[in-house]
Amino acid sequence: MHIVVCIKQVPDSAQIRIHPVTNTIMRQGVPAIINPYDLFSLEEALRLKDRFGGRVTVLTMGPPMAEASLRKAMSFGATDAVLLTDRKFAGSDTLATSYALTSAIRKLHEEEPVDLVFCGKQTIDGDTAQVGPGIATRMNMQQLTYVAKIEDVNLDSREITVQRRSEGGVQVLKSRLPAMITMLEGSNSMRFGTMDDMFRAARTPLKLWNKDTCVDDEAKVGLKGSPTVVSKVFVPKPRAEKAKMIEAEGGASAQAAAAIDMLFTTYPKLANDLVR
Amino acid sequence: MSQAPANPPPAKKAAGGRKFELSEELKAYKGVWVIVEQERGKVHTVSYELLGEARKLADKLGVEVGAVILGAPGPFINEISGEAIAYGADVVYTVLDAALAEYRTEPYSKVMTDVVNTFKPEIVLLGASTLGRDLAGAIATTLLTGLTADCTELDISPENRSLAATRPTFGGTLLCTIQTLAYRPQMATIRPRVMQMPERDGTRTGRVVEVTPNLAEDIFVTKVLDFIPDSDQEEAQLAFADIIVSGGKGLQKAENFKLVWDLAEVLGAEVGASRPCTQAGWVTSDRQVGQTGKTVRPKLYIAAGISGAIQHRVGCENSDVILAINSDPNAPIFDFAHHGIVGDALQILPALTEQFRQRRLVNRKAS
Ligand SMILES: Cc1cc2nc3c(=O)[nH]c(=O)nc-3n(C[C@H](O)[C@H](O)[C@H](O)COP(=O)(O)OP(=O)(O)OC[C@H]3O[C@@H](n4cnc5c(N)ncnc54)[C@H](O)[C@@H]3O)c2cc1C
Repeated sequence: MHIVVCIKQVPDSAQIRIHPVTNTIMRQGVPAIINPYDLFSLEEALRLKDRFGGRVTVLTMGPPMAEASLRKAMSFGATDAVLLTDRKFAGSDTLATSYALTSAIRKLHEEEPVDLVFCGKQTIDGDTAQVGPGIATRMNMQQLTYVAKIEDVNLDSREITVQRRSEGGVQVLKSRLPAMITMLEGSNSMRFGTMDDMFRAARTPLKLWNKDTCVDDEAKVGLKGSPTVVSKVFVPKPRAEKAKMIEAEGGASAQAAAAIDMLFTTYPKLANDLVR
Repeated sequence: MSQAPANPPPAKKAAGGRKFELSEELKAYKGVWVIVEQERGKVHTVSYELLGEARKLADKLGVEVGAVILGAPGPFINEISGEAIAYGADVVYTVLDAALAEYRTEPYSKVMTDVVNTFKPEIVLLGASTLGRDLAGAIATTLLTGLTADCTELDISPENRSLAATRPTFGGTLLCTIQTLAYRPQMATIRPRVMQMPERDGTRTGRVVEVTPNLAEDIFVTKVLDFIPDSDQEEAQLAFADIIVSGGKGLQKAENFKLVWDLAEVLGAEVGASRPCTQAGWVTSDRQVGQTGKTVRPKLYIAAGISGAIQHRVGCENSDVILAINSDPNAPIFDFAHHGIVGDALQILPALTEQFRQRRLVNRKAS
């Protein structure tokens, strides 16, 4: 079984700071991590490899420093890793990104047929949830998003049964390989890598691919291949006024009384809802 | 799956929100569409919220609002069409086929691709739900066009009549406005409860266009074996609650969260929480409010012991009234709450509970 897992290196966004004067993102010193949603997909892929054998290839498109994330993924147990990196990819939106990643997956597929592609449900920096569906559509693979559980895989009949989260319930879907899957957060938890995997991760050479390795149409990647343009980036404007403070002498119960009085007099309509 | 590109290569592509001219072919794209999500006859309210938003955009552009309803033929389709019109649609496209009974990516994206290529709307909006995100990602690829996910604000750029879609980025630290200039349609998904529910107007009239795609079920690989409805509908209740009492890390330990439940019970409110509380298992994760949780817009949001980090703020700042309780007078939550109490939530919550309970008793006696 050949499984490709697409991951993305993202800044640990909890630690991003905005420069107070220039209003730009201060990236220096912000640690980079594997997009947390990708780990659920990677773990699921590794479990399938444990069960059925075969290999898990991790793939990322990004700057050279994204190598660290690929090595991390190998230290969990991924078999090998491809870093798709090229200046020409800079500025790619989701449509261009899914084109570039699909090009790389096609090349992997030529080397050894790909049965499953896993993507993260979404990323924490872009948060678009579009790259997975983009790849599935381009590869003409079955698209199985928000998967809570893989119930069954049958390599002979090439059938796969999954539980997919949908609004108000869970769909049980029977589908066929090849398929693209995104896993729901919390559906599993990432293993600790073995000592062997850690050594292997440090030693194994990565496949370094660029646009010439696999991309047919240069016009479809980077800014040129991206229908969307970012026209403005800005800091959320603070509310004009700060909160009006409710002050009262006499501790918590006086403060509570003052708060309730304030709510009832300022929002008479709300009062009906509050003391139904 | 049809991969026919709807868009020839752009003649000239301008950057930024600047002036630019659409090709004649793309000028034919007219109207603002909402894909109305119905599953088993039940409409996701985000679709009505989006019809309200589509109405505003269409009025700015001087075009029609279209609502697309996909599903199996059934009596509820007429009813949903009527609702779509009442919430702002001028024309409803009903796309009906047995293969569309349950949501599946393949048949839905196939028919939506064809319907968009036939009727050529300039803007297509979907809810950022599991259905909307799954479908939007697929059809933006078949249509080879731009899609902006999880928008919080939509507008028409006066310079070029394009959709200006604003969304949080970098974990909510920043907002960015994204445009799709030389491609049509322009697509966006919007999270539930971010946009205001429009007034329902039962006197509105509109046209219904029936589309019968005649799908052959055997070409679709994925089959729905079963649907297991959620046993507890708590999720829906939090998103649509009129009153929410939320607790944060400032409550210090799991047991203290009971104070939040107590106040919520007296007020008939739902309980929400910040992420550290759901992560610590003090409450279930479906109660998390914020960027990676629920977006809520109740009439009253009471936040106790919540610092007001941007990722929490984006989930609750559209509430009508926000009352924050925090021991730190400089907590960021006071930057966007309407009213604040500086104090110990462990004392103020029970005091509020007690006094609301008394007021309710007084009210009951009076009436
Ligand atoms: C990618 C990403 C996504 C995230 N998504 C979400 C999300 O969806 N929702 C979310 O909530 N967070 C989210 N977060 C986390 C977010 O950044 C904050 O860490 C979190 O909201 C803080 O929770 P808190 O306010 O409860 O805790 P803290 O920040 O620890 O604040 C506790 C507050 O309680 C006050 N306090 C302490 N004791 C008392 C007392 N006795 N009485 C009254 N006040 C007291 C303190 O002054 C402080 O302001 C996300 C983070 C990242 C990186």
